[in-house]
Amino acid sequence: MWLYAARRVLFTIPIGLGVTIICFALIYLAPGDPVQSLLPPDATANDIAQLKHYYGLDKPIPVQYILWLGHALTGDLGISIQTNRPVTDEVWRALGNTVSIATISAVLAMIIALGLGIVAATNIGGWADRLATAIAVFGVSVPTFWLAVVLVIVFAVQLGVLPATGMGSKGSNTFSWFEWSEARYAVLPIVAMTLTPLGILMRTTRASLADILSQDFIQTLRAKGLSETAVIRHAIANALPQILAMFGLQLGYLIGGSILIETIFTWPGTGFLLNKAILTRDIPLLQGTILVLAMAFVGINLIVDLIQTLVDPRIKRI
Amino acid sequence: MSDIPADAVRLAQAAPTAHRVRGYWSAVWNRLRYDYVTLLFLALIVLIVLSAIFAPYLAPLDPNKSSMASRLKPILYKSFILGTDEQGRDILSRLIWGGRTSLLMGIAPVFVATIVGGFFGVLAGYAGGKLNSAIMRTMDVFFAFPSVLLAVAISGSLGSGLINQMITLTIVLIPPICRVAETATTQVRTMDFIDAARASGASTASILVRHVLVNVLSPVFVYSSTLVSASILLASGLSFLGLGVSPPTPDWGLMLSTLRQSIYVQPLVCALPGVTILVTSIAFNLVSDGLRQAMDVKA
Repeated sequence: MWLYAARRVLFTIPIGLGVTIICFALIYLAPGDPVQSLLPPDATANDIAQLKHYYGLDKPIPVQYILWLGHALTGDLGISIQTNRPVTDEVWRALGNTVSIATISAVLAMIIALGLGIVAATNIGGWADRLATAIAVFGVSVPTFWLAVVLVIVFAVQLGVLPATGMGSKGSNTFSWFEWSEARYAVLPIVAMTLTPLGILMRTTRASLADILSQDFIQTLRAKGLSETAVIRHAIANALPQILAMFGLQLGYLIGGSILIETIFTWPGTGFLLNKAILTRDIPLLQGTILVLAMAFVGINLIVDLIQTLVDPRIKRI
Repeated sequence: MSDIPADAVRLAQAAPTAHRVRGYWSAVWNRLRYDYVTLLFLALIVLIVLSAIFAPYLAPLDPNKSSMASRLKPILYKSFILGTDEQGRDILSRLIWGGRTSLLMGIAPVFVATIVGGFFGVLAGYAGGKLNSAIMRTMDVFFAFPSVLLAVAISGSLGSGLINQMITLTIVLIPPICRVAETATTQVRTMDFIDAARASGASTASILVRHVLVNVLSPVFVYSSTLVSASILLASGLSFLGLGVSPPTPDWGLMLSTLRQSIYVQPLVCALPGVTILVTSIAFNLVSDGLRQAMDVKA
């Protein structure tokens, strides 16, 4: 198992390098001269020369990549055009806000999906199964940004019970999860984020549980007189690794794909930062944020894979 | 599969003439015929597609004619059946016209990505070895991005516009299709009938087209059909962020984005473009689910 873990970690390195190549290439995807997209339009000739030297843009592209990678590895992701602050600082501040609501949403989705999935898998074809399946189809099909707008219409505009946008009454610096007057700002973003992973996790739970419940060893458990709850507990234990893998994937999707939700709720996370970068064509900020988010996704996948080998004794991958 | 050619040995025996082997596609159709949910939503998709195609004849009003006097009117206001937007344009007409860009964004990128991704997947699966590693490890790098993030990264760098949006979606959709095609091809390649075909002197091209492709096509097709709804959602998300078509052109995601400013004035009207996206997306999801069951492909 340790050998497998080591191999899995080693395997992540080329993937990580590939991610940096794609992020590096983003500057060249942007129309126009890369120097132009790295600097404000009113930059002087001196600024341009300085920047070219700083990034080594006068050198061939592979050398540029190595230089850029060196900067990135030491935590230097460049300077934001708009705010003139280091991109690393901007991303680091925003990342916590995104990870907190994404994690809460993913855990919430997991808990509800487990409950619904168990009910559905033990009553295949029944009304509970149909209801759960309908929720899953809705969750997968709904445009999350539209759901977010509808939530704002219902709970902020019509009922007026929850705030529509922002993070806390005095901005994100004084935000606290332990005071309702502040934490209530996070309720609508979390609800909007939960539905899609809920649908997908529900589907996975139902499918894998139903599959396991039809296997022979379940018959054996019943035959030796175990109660139905104990049988289901065995089935869940068997389905858990698969559900866990999907949970990790969904958590990664929420952290990396939070741009729409955060834009609608003006939640100051990485997605909001990305939207700001797109609107102002702040390419260094865009590039840096995407690099950090993609690396976070790779990291989460690695951790989930390693946890899976720990919880599932059947995995003897060498 | 029923496309096994009758061989000489069997022909020499009394050929079973009364027994007519039913083809794969006729079996699929037979299963689909009794799946009323799938048929109902298939009809809905046909309706949405037709309304987008015949938009010039169906839309009651000019989708781009604005009027300061009738801004943000409610549903059933005068001749505006579904109300008006922030520039006094007819919502119903804009929804019908908007179907053109939104459906195009759901279908065209999936189509192109199926051809490109399918090609590389079959190539990787059939060739195996180093070529397989080269293609599939490249795809793995793209899998290291959540799809929304990859779309935002490419689209945000390329800038807005219809063509850029299509390029973005196609790039995002290629890796998953490629992986499905590669898995299916690898499975087929090791089967006995491929060896038999090779032993009987069939050329590589003929094996690929007549034996591999035929068997890879249905799983890839079913998988691609599940991506149409995802592509529509992704495209409307990009339009919502201002990375799609430019403003006067009607587009569901863009309409939702501009109407969002007016939720305090006309909440019901503002929710309409989203409802349209939701209904279309549910329809494509349910139809692809039905197709998967009818074609008996394991996901």
